[in-house]
Amino acid sequence: MTRQTKQTAPQQDRLVTLLIRLSGYSSILLVTLIFIFLMKEGLPALADVGIGELFTDRWYPIEGYFGILPLISGSLIVTLGAMLVSVPLGVGTAIYLSEVAPSSTREVVKPLVEVLAGLPSVVLGFLGIIAAAPLLRRLLDLPTGLTAFAGALLLGLIAIPTIVSIAEDALNTVPAAYRQAALAVGATPWQTIWGVTLPAARSGVLTAVMLGMGRALGETMAVMMVTGNAPTLPHGLDALFMPVRTMTATIASEMGEVATGSAHYQVLFLIGIVLFLFSLVVNVLASSVSFRQRKRAERLLS
Amino acid sequence: MSDIFEIEDLRLTYSDNNESLRGVSMRIPEHAITVLFGPAGGGKSTLLRVLNRLNDLADVKQVSGRVLFHGQDLLSPTVDVVELRRKVGIVFSRPAPLPLSIYENVCYGLRIMGERRKARLDEAVERGLRQAMLWEEVYDRLDASGFALSGGQQQRLCLARTLALQPEVVLLDEPTSALDPISTARIEEMMQTLKDVYTIVIAPHNVQQAARVADQAAFFLQGELIEWGDRGQIFVRPRDRRTQEYIEGRFG
Repeated sequence: MTRQTKQTAPQQDRLVTLLIRLSGYSSILLVTLIFIFLMKEGLPALADVGIGELFTDRWYPIEGYFGILPLISGSLIVTLGAMLVSVPLGVGTAIYLSEVAPSSTREVVKPLVEVLAGLPSVVLGFLGIIAAAPLLRRLLDLPTGLTAFAGALLLGLIAIPTIVSIAEDALNTVPAAYRQAALAVGATPWQTIWGVTLPAARSGVLTAVMLGMGRALGETMAVMMVTGNAPTLPHGLDALFMPVRTMTATIASEMGEVATGSAHYQVLFLIGIVLFLFSLVVNVLASSVSFRQRKRAERLLS
Repeated sequence: MSDIFEIEDLRLTYSDNNESLRGVSMRIPEHAITVLFGPAGGGKSTLLRVLNRLNDLADVKQVSGRVLFHGQDLLSPTVDVVELRRKVGIVFSRPAPLPLSIYENVCYGLRIMGERRKARLDEAVERGLRQAMLWEEVYDRLDASGFALSGGQQQRLCLARTLALQPEVVLLDEPTSALDPISTARIEEMMQTLKDVYTIVIAPHNVQQAARVADQAAFFLQGELIEWGDRGQIFVRPRDRRTQEYIEGRFG
């Protein structure tokens, strides 16, 4: 029997290795192709429309104004707002689940939170239009409830499950010995969480925040439905309570009606490139943080 | 010698219905080394963790009996657990440095008490490290990570962390089970000097260590305290046949 496995194993191994290698290469190839396509369609805008024209504050593509600053700022406002909502709530929930809640609660709540992550964002957007926006309009006495604030709240909700799930895993991997050691010298449970457990899980929690941010930045449907879609450059702090339009929403709503190869078409692809760069930065930050964590884990083992 | 702990009919059941302590009654004298020994699963660790209420963290289903510390019942819900743990420190079997520098590890307990004065912290760190016989090896690299030390050094670092708080009692739960013979010898040697200042309760990881370090000894078997008394009585003329057999190495 041993002999048999010895004979067949290498062949099977080669086949499996080949398949795995092919799938690995194909995903790299696809990403490269997408990237090349994006560049090919979008970069000419830099020359055709001109950089000076692109970085202005007027987005009226029909009349030939292609200022993308309002869209970038729209995305940034909504994403940062979403982070203000989701980071405290998400990390707080993760701490509660991992450090405070009895295990029976954790076993019920964690799967629920993860189910929430799978909720289609269009459903949340619908909820935002029907329930959240009118409520906000009445509560805050605004001309319209469809504002950056509504978008931020909704995106925050969308990012929370991601943050909770990953941050909770990170907190869970903190060795029990740390907690015991801190408690044994008279730390209160809260001092232990704040001074020992959370710092020990820092990089995992940061990764969670970054991934949540990536999720919020790339979200299209929900923000398109609730942010009011007005491509204006904000002036002052009340911008949060004005309608805005994000890069994702612009691409999604205008791509269908442009002529292929026109300046408008090229600029939409350029926005895609900008969005891609933003996501890239967030992801690189996230992975550099988690890479540092791995190095430290190796030190712990040695 | 007066007694610092008086334990009366202590019973403890974990949530899996495993009765870890079955009616234990004993006294632990001040400024002496009390050894809790016996085969694994005898309830030694459980008893240690009752003495500073670290068992609050475990899945304990039921505790009954009385554990008096200076006459105060530790099992009472009104006990200030944080205060208690400062007076009754513990060192675990596996070295558990915090992910901090050597200096911050040692003064962690003081910092969370709110001590900010640098001079006080410096003094406590040096005293703790000296008492744990680690000062000479680390005084020039106090800012290095606690994980940069060897296993034996890490264990002494954990001891220094406990001692920096100037507790009354030091609990040691198999403190040398993960260490080499030389580190073990250093820690045993240290215990002999420390007992002038502190009360030490240790669950050693073998019977030889129990016999080497004990002033008082208590033999535990499956949650029962078989007998306890001073070193000569337990190790030279044990009253119970099971104690005798365990000491002679016939089981365990």
